[in-house]
Amino acid sequence: MTTTTPQATPAVRAHRARRGLAAAPFLAPGMLFLIVFMAIPVGLLAFYTFFKRGRFGGLVFEFTLDNWAKLAEPLYVGVILQSIGLALVVTLLALLLGYPMAYAIAGLSPKWRTVALVAVVLPFWTNFLIRTYAWILLLNNAGFVNQWLQAIGLTDEPISMLYTPQAIVVGLLYMYLPLMVLPLYASLQQLDPSLREAATNLGASPWRAFRTVTLPLSLPGALTGCIFVFVPAMSNFVIPELIGGGKTVMVGNLVRDQFYEARDWPFGATLALVLTMLLVVVIVIQAAVSRRITEGPRRG
Amino acid sequence: MAETTAAVTERADATAMTDGAPAPSTPVARRRRPRGILVPLWLGYVFLYLPILVVVVMSFNESRNLFVWTGFSLRWYPELFADGAMMQGLVNTLIVATGATLIATVLGTLLAYGIHHYTRGGLIRAFAIAPAILPDLLLGIGLLTFFSLLSFTLGLHSVILAHGVFATAFVTAIVLARMANLDPSLEEASRDLGMGPAKTFLRITLPQLAPGIVAGALLAFTLSLDEFVIAFFTTAPTQPTLPIVIYSMVRFGVTPEVNALATLLLLVSIVAVISAQRLTRLTGTSR
Repeated sequence: MTTTTPQATPAVRAHRARRGLAAAPFLAPGMLFLIVFMAIPVGLLAFYTFFKRGRFGGLVFEFTLDNWAKLAEPLYVGVILQSIGLALVVTLLALLLGYPMAYAIAGLSPKWRTVALVAVVLPFWTNFLIRTYAWILLLNNAGFVNQWLQAIGLTDEPISMLYTPQAIVVGLLYMYLPLMVLPLYASLQQLDPSLREAATNLGASPWRAFRTVTLPLSLPGALTGCIFVFVPAMSNFVIPELIGGGKTVMVGNLVRDQFYEARDWPFGATLALVLTMLLVVVIVIQAAVSRRITEGPRRG
Repeated sequence: MAETTAAVTERADATAMTDGAPAPSTPVARRRRPRGILVPLWLGYVFLYLPILVVVVMSFNESRNLFVWTGFSLRWYPELFADGAMMQGLVNTLIVATGATLIATVLGTLLAYGIHHYTRGGLIRAFAIAPAILPDLLLGIGLLTFFSLLSFTLGLHSVILAHGVFATAFVTAIVLARMANLDPSLEEASRDLGMGPAKTFLRITLPQLAPGIVAGALLAFTLSLDEFVIAFFTTAPTQPTLPIVIYSMVRFGVTPEVNALATLLLLVSIVAVISAQRLTRLTGTSR
């Protein structure tokens, strides 16, 4: 932020002030709103992490580092690592499933492309909780997957699928798959088809053309998709609770419990901030990597 | 009945025959694009739609049992509309979504214009779009803490404010994207001819931005309708939004009414998504 450089003449400063004044009616209402209802609440959480808990929620104004120290307890380290692991598995599966989907959509005629994209987005616009509940219908012991498996004779007794970590993975994958397909499609669709044609005309096999031309150029889209899936998967607490039956605890569940059951708001705030910092680190790494990918060739 | 089945089999035979006959135009297209490429796409669609299909089919089930089909019935639809808690949840959700959309559309459009014209660094832009990326959980507990510190009574008004925050970010992002594609010469001409920034904004920029603003408002509205986590932390237990009603039902016992509700909501989303698509296409070509 270099608002007033030393060599700024009075005229320049006056011009800037005038610009600032003209900008105020546009920027001030929104900025004020976001400061009051986003920046201050989030800042308040950061402040809470250094104080003792109140007996019925809230806090006591007595400085402490206990909340941060508590994070090192094996129980909480385990939950954080487990959440990262589950979110990573979900992201990887979404990439494996979403890439061929996006690739196929990008190859369709423009008319069918729109239809195919709408079809990918549509489930995303159906209520999140209803989609979660749909998986309970499918995965329950009496549910439809078990009914179908028994009907085709694959199993005699119902297989317990609901309330397992695998069910959580399936649920999260289902929720966020469209968020992987969309950015992937966007980057694949922008690819100049003549690049791939040139590669094939020069004798590259389709696989080689894909590996050396399409795949590297679609990496930024893939990275964006990974972030879009990883971030919400990491902080979700509804799916672990409803599909996982609360047996597999993720960071989100822990935060929720600190606010509603344990009533330890300062520790809940600490957990949520750690989660956010983790996600910020992931996003910063992603941004750096994709900048490197897109700018690298031009500089080198 | 017999007549129609005969007609169907006849048509099926006819298509089978044309399928078998060599089609003159396809070989080229087939060589360019292997057929197998569509298989993962179809599998993906099966994965995405199977759960929804099950819910829709079971909404027409006669039985109270969620897992056993006993026969066709429409009974769950009237029962849904007779369910007071569910209907109150729906009304609450619509109030919240309308309020949040109004806040977000006004603030987001102004922000986008201000950011586009008056800021050079990305700091303010990043700040305005941050709520869209911020984990909903953090915003939810942050606002809960903030409201309870101020002893602010929770209710629908607090959810409206909370939803307004992330909705503003989405409207800002969409309107900004639209602004980037605008021809700046029109605004410059307006300024050169002596119109002030406010007048230029109202007469020149706003009409051009309209499709982006409408798209942003639609997105804000649908996101708010669906939002659960932030509403969960910022509403009073006596004023649940629809997603919260569904959440407690799933936790404490579901009736097939939920299936009927899901089917109706799905219908609404289909209509909304398709009309949004039409809308953007229409406005896109007219300008």
